[in-house]
Amino acid sequence: MQKKISRAQVRNVAKLSRLELTESEVKEFSGQLSAILGYMEKMNKLDTDNVEPLAHCLPISNCFREDAVRESLGTEKTLANAPQRDGDFFKVPKIIDSL
Amino acid sequence: MGNLQYKVIVGLEIHVHLRTKSKMFCGCALEYGATANSRVCPVCLGMPGSLPVMNKQAFEYAVLAALALNCKIAEFTKWDRKGYYYPDLPKNYQISQYDLPLGTGGFIEIPLQSGQTKKIRIIRVHLEEDAGKNLHPAGNFSQIDLNRAGTPLLEIVTEPDMNSAAEVRALAVELQRIVRFLGVSVADMQKGHMRFEPNINLIITRDGTEYKTPIAEIKNLNSFRALERSVDYEIQRQLDEFLQTGKVMEMGNKTTHGWDDENQTTVLQREKEEAHDYRYFPEPDLVPVVMNERWLNEIKSKLCELPLQKQMRYVSEYKLSDYDAGVLTAERSTAEFFERAVKKGGDPKRVCNLLTQVGLKLANEAGCTLAELIPAAENVAELAEMIDTGKVSASAGNTIMRKMAESGEKPQIIAEQLNLLQKSDAGELEVIVDKVLEGNPKAVEDVKSGGKKSKKARGFLLGQVMQKTSGRANPKIISEILAEKLG
Repeated sequence: MQKKISRAQVRNVAKLSRLELTESEVKEFSGQLSAILGYMEKMNKLDTDNVEPLAHCLPISNCFREDAVRESLGTEKTLANAPQRDGDFFKVPKIIDSL
Repeated sequence: MGNLQYKVIVGLEIHVHLRTKSKMFCGCALEYGATANSRVCPVCLGMPGSLPVMNKQAFEYAVLAALALNCKIAEFTKWDRKGYYYPDLPKNYQISQYDLPLGTGGFIEIPLQSGQTKKIRIIRVHLEEDAGKNLHPAGNFSQIDLNRAGTPLLEIVTEPDMNSAAEVRALAVELQRIVRFLGVSVADMQKGHMRFEPNINLIITRDGTEYKTPIAEIKNLNSFRALERSVDYEIQRQLDEFLQTGKVMEMGNKTTHGWDDENQTTVLQREKEEAHDYRYFPEPDLVPVVMNERWLNEIKSKLCELPLQKQMRYVSEYKLSDYDAGVLTAERSTAEFFERAVKKGGDPKRVCNLLTQVGLKLANEAGCTLAELIPAAENVAELAEMIDTGKVSASAGNTIMRKMAESGEKPQIIAEQLNLLQKSDAGELEVIVDKVLEGNPKAVEDVKSGGKKSKKARGFLLGQVMQKTSGRANPKIISEILAEKLG
């Protein structure tokens, strides 16, 4: 059967998400993701012409906090779970591009 | 080159740090220069189970800035996740606004060298969070400091309405002045509070045919100089490239460049094609923001006359030079102080001179505003009037201004204490003038005989009177008495 999400698409999504997948995982996820899309298709049959798009599932808005400082973790706790550190910094593979 | 003309087209994307005490979605302090990774919590670390909460002040600052940029404020906005896979934002996404930005369809007015102004249209203004800071020490690794991660960041996108590097710079400078005036950002370039990304291309007309060069975006410029120079460099580079290769704009041939400040060149950054697949989707952890009229009016009430309008008004209404008007409108506190002093009756030009020649220098040295330096603007107004009516000389006025900053005393009292009041009593001065005339018959003769020597001799006599009064006589009145006596 023609899968809705091809293995190539799974590989691409995995790459964008920086995930390394084995071939058997690619196959497995291709099937699972296709099943999810199949379910979506079922929902697409509903008539939503007169329904406003929903931005959030909760019927509330404007949950703000005042601009007040709260205590942070501090450098030691922040770095406690870091796989690698360099002084007060996280140590990561060399980055060439970012925001 | 034959018959070739070109037009420069530049659009600008600007990021501005907002001046809140805490981060956009958590209570970590925004503190430049703090120990690395000390202002970090589970929210900005992207820990499972942590939830962001919107900073109200940040949202209001963003709306205020959007209003000043003449944008329409959305009644309904929401947040979106933008896929982002770099370690300086450990959640793996940036919280931003995608399809419903808080402000759209505005404009900013920028001054041109010709003295006129130009409107640059603003496409959108939205709020998002900044990433952390990457440091690249020697060695094959990078260091990450997450103190900056989560800083409220205003993104402003203009239409490609700028046609030169100078216009791009003018917009950047004007925007800095506006956000500072509104108090929504410190906008310190050195601290990375403002970052610019120009999109540049050329429309080249050669032998009647029009060609568009591929758009180049320059990333992450953090000084006005780098911004202006990189745009100028890119204009030349694109022109050269077109002449050599004839390359024109096509789908997908936009390029991204960095700016190499050391060599003053733009450097092509290789990007993977799929890197721009941000896969936006609505942020489920944050609820939308609904703007009602009352709230909007409350924010609107914090708007003020913008610096460029003020500057132009100072020139037309107060007859100040454009330069002086620019100095007075560089900071809101300075402009407001100036206006208070003028309202209290000070002559605008005279008040301006006192502020630009003495007040601002002292305030700078003390690292404070004019109002902090001299709490009572009416004292400056009074001093301006004392100078204008000849009670004290202009140079004595500067001395009094300095003393006012020190002691906070009224100018009249300082003038008395320092013996700086000019003698303007004509009767008293006449006695002194008579004495001087008696003692200098040769000079009197020279004045009366006219000719070349006359002017010099008159100056000499005036100087003698000044000397006899220890410089406290009003030169204008002495001249009048001399003219009366000698013709």
